[in-house]
Amino acid sequence: MEIIVCIRRVPDLSEAEIEIGRDGVSLDDDDLDYDVNEWDNFAIEAAVQLKEEHGGRVTAMTVGDEESEDVLRRALAMGADEAVHLMDDAFDGSDALGTATILQRAIADRPYDLILTGAISGDEARGHVGPMLAAMLDIPMVALATELSVEGGTATVQHEVEGGLERITRMVLPALVTAQTGLNEPRYVSIRGIRKVSGMEIPVQEAGDLDLDGSQVGVAASAVTVEEIFLPPRGGGAEMLEGSEETVVQKLVERLQQEGAF
Amino acid sequence: MAPAPAAQTYLGLSGPALQLVLLILSLGAFSFIMWKRFGLLRLGAPDPRFDHLWTRLTKLLVVGFGQSRQPRYAVAGILHILIFFGFLILSVRSITLIGEAFQPGFSDIGPGYSSVKDVTALVVLICCLIAIVRRAIFRPARYRDRHAHSSHAHEAYIILGLIALLMVADAVYEGSAMVLADADANAFLPLASGASEVLAGGATGTLEVLHLAGFWVHNAALLFFLCYLPVSKHFHVITALPNVFHLNLKPVGEIKPPRHDEADLDKLEALGVEKLEDFTWKHILDFYSCTDCGRCSDHCPAYFTGTPLSPRMISIKCRDAAYSGYPIIGRRKPKEEQPVLVGETIADEELWACTTCGACEEACPVLIEYVDKIVDMRRYLVDEGRVPASLQKPLADLEKRGNPYGKPPRKRAAFGRGVRTLAPGDKTDHLFFTDSCAAYDPRIQETAGAFARVMTAAGADIGTLGKDEVDSGHEVRRLGEEGLFEELRDTNLEALGAREFQSVVTTDPHAFNALTHSYGLEQPVRHHSQVMAELMRNGKLDLQAPDDDRVYTFHDPCYLGRHNGEYEAPREVLDRLGLRTVEMERSRNRSFCCGGGSLYLFYEGESESRMGEVRVEMAEKAGAQVVVTACPFCLINLEDAIKTTGRDGSMEVVDLAELVDRSLSTPAAAPATAIAGGQATPGPQTD
Repeated sequence: MEIIVCIRRVPDLSEAEIEIGRDGVSLDDDDLDYDVNEWDNFAIEAAVQLKEEHGGRVTAMTVGDEESEDVLRRALAMGADEAVHLMDDAFDGSDALGTATILQRAIADRPYDLILTGAISGDEARGHVGPMLAAMLDIPMVALATELSVEGGTATVQHEVEGGLERITRMVLPALVTAQTGLNEPRYVSIRGIRKVSGMEIPVQEAGDLDLDGSQVGVAASAVTVEEIFLPPRGGGAEMLEGSEETVVQKLVERLQQEGAF
Repeated sequence: MAPAPAAQTYLGLSGPALQLVLLILSLGAFSFIMWKRFGLLRLGAPDPRFDHLWTRLTKLLVVGFGQSRQPRYAVAGILHILIFFGFLILSVRSITLIGEAFQPGFSDIGPGYSSVKDVTALVVLICCLIAIVRRAIFRPARYRDRHAHSSHAHEAYIILGLIALLMVADAVYEGSAMVLADADANAFLPLASGASEVLAGGATGTLEVLHLAGFWVHNAALLFFLCYLPVSKHFHVITALPNVFHLNLKPVGEIKPPRHDEADLDKLEALGVEKLEDFTWKHILDFYSCTDCGRCSDHCPAYFTGTPLSPRMISIKCRDAAYSGYPIIGRRKPKEEQPVLVGETIADEELWACTTCGACEEACPVLIEYVDKIVDMRRYLVDEGRVPASLQKPLADLEKRGNPYGKPPRKRAAFGRGVRTLAPGDKTDHLFFTDSCAAYDPRIQETAGAFARVMTAAGADIGTLGKDEVDSGHEVRRLGEEGLFEELRDTNLEALGAREFQSVVTTDPHAFNALTHSYGLEQPVRHHSQVMAELMRNGKLDLQAPDDDRVYTFHDPCYLGRHNGEYEAPREVLDRLGLRTVEMERSRNRSFCCGGGSLYLFYEGESESRMGEVRVEMAEKAGAQVVVTACPFCLINLEDAIKTTGRDGSMEVVDLAELVDRSLSTPAAAPATAIAGGQATPGPQTD
């Protein structure tokens, strides 16, 4: 099985104190820590598990700057066989469409049975790249996978749909699946594990290698423009309800009804 | 006269010939079995255990021959000591009886030994019978392990039965001779006399047969016993003394390096222990030496609270794997046919449930090591990526931010009201290494602040590394992430190297342990209890007698007490503060872990109860209203436990530094009364 995993290096915003950059459309990243996107990590783990079960190769790809090499090394340490780094100044500021375009060009000439990527990214949470990529490659896709298995040339995917429901879909490969958190339990990557793959070569592909120019990728080509980033207004904080268990429940129900919850 | 065994013929064989055949068979079998057992030891990793021979000999005498750890369990201990010394005394008898088959009279070495032998044999026989009854009828709970799938208990009965048989056979041999020689019952030969009373009146022919039967049964049983030892849990009879001799002489708090023969982590092909042969030869010897007594698990807080871990089962399962993977008869099983040791035989969950408290090692009568083995097996799991999800986040945060909370490094010095942050090039007397809890946990920041105030009141110069400090890496190392530990340590060493200081002090026993044993610092490292005790001793602190008649108890932190042998300094502080104290049931080296090691605060493993809650109940049982801790993990866990067990309001947990801080005379208060004066003054200003 040939599996391609598309991953991205994102800032960890869970514990960070978020500061808006001076341009008003990006984050001030002085204090931010970066790591592989959590959803992408589940995708890497799924790919490696499938390879361990069925044999084959896993290729990790990323569109990003020099620092993004870290996430490719991580994927290699987890068990990916090779990694490709799509890097060019021309790629900077690409929107989802631009990113998907870059990936599609890099993937188009390669053999693949399955493409895996995270359902959304931790910083922008839009979930666009996966579906766009599938459309560009003209392959079927399923998003928010919570279980994944492959038999013969068919992928069976359990995935989340609206209303808290889950659905099982079968697709004939080649296909694309985006991973929801909880798809599996990603293996830990130790310091030693990273060091073991530090010598592996990771080829870089630039705009020219992919036959792309500024009209298709980068800021200028973005179909989406960020107008402003801002923090939501601070609320009043938590209100503690006092009393016995029954009193508290009663009060809670009243409050929820007042607020229009039901 | 009793017929001499050497002079008879048995199925055509003379006495000596028969004995020779038996000896060749049994010694041959024994040698063969031992050679097979030894074979596995040779495959184990290297382990330097031949240093400090005099220290080792001393330990062998005290712990091995002296059975010094046995009496901790009174009944079993005394039984074992009696049987053990009986065994040693009777070994002369056993050997001379073997010689008796070659030369009549060989075993007659004088009335002195005869008497000693006989009394000993009687004592041993009675002990065996008591032991059998105790095991079969009273069924001490410790013997059955809740995680054991099969029991080796039958081996205990076999051995006790065999020993009893040896005593009885010898008694019949001697007793029948006494009757045949018409000798009087002799108070100095109680067992033989007793046997002769029983046999008196028997026909001469019968007595002669019994005499010879007693001899050969003793003989055969002994030679069988010898061969039975290395195939049962009683292998410890042979290996326990060498095992004690080869004990771990490193400080208890120090963890073994991944390999003794390669210091560079990156040069190792494989890390940690995956299979039996990856253990060091001494650890494999440990498996051979396990007596299946259950004292380790009886002391293990993880076992007590119902986690999948039982230290004893780790030894027993590994020993079973050794016996079945390297059988006496037949070839060594190929790897594919053996169950996977780490993962199948020993489940991942068993290994993650350990807090590395060391209670198991402290309890073991034959000095079996556990912590190093568990860390070695964790190293393998980490290398394979098999780390529980709940531990992956704190480890990732430790790597990226230098603390398991994921908080920003620049906030590390945030607690430090009144504590100087040292820039590179700065000097101080006492470098205060706070470690992550004191730096980020609001509750522990209070402890650190209290200690800083105490030091300031004593006029001591103190400073921190500020945001250049990262986690000591103590738990990281014990979780098996050796690479990350090295990175954290090296970062700290660089920060420490850039400042000048006379000594290092910390309020965290885990940091204390790491800095003392794994950092190689020239300066002395001390725990805050030691520093405060010394300040009090030297009269550097103006303290008021406390206006408090509550009962206090000190909870010994694992890494201050068991791992570093410091039990007195905290108690000295409490004494000098003039507080009423009691000791909990398990204190000092028997202290019951609060559940703080191995990042247990973050780990979500299965258990039936929580260690902190168990400990708080012990404190209440001892009659204490205040539990005094000297470790941030203990403080957090016990405070949590007080809340979750509904004791909020009736019990309190406080750190030693906070107690001293509360007792400091403030300038605004009345002139301080010396503690010795004992006069109550208005209580100190509390927050």
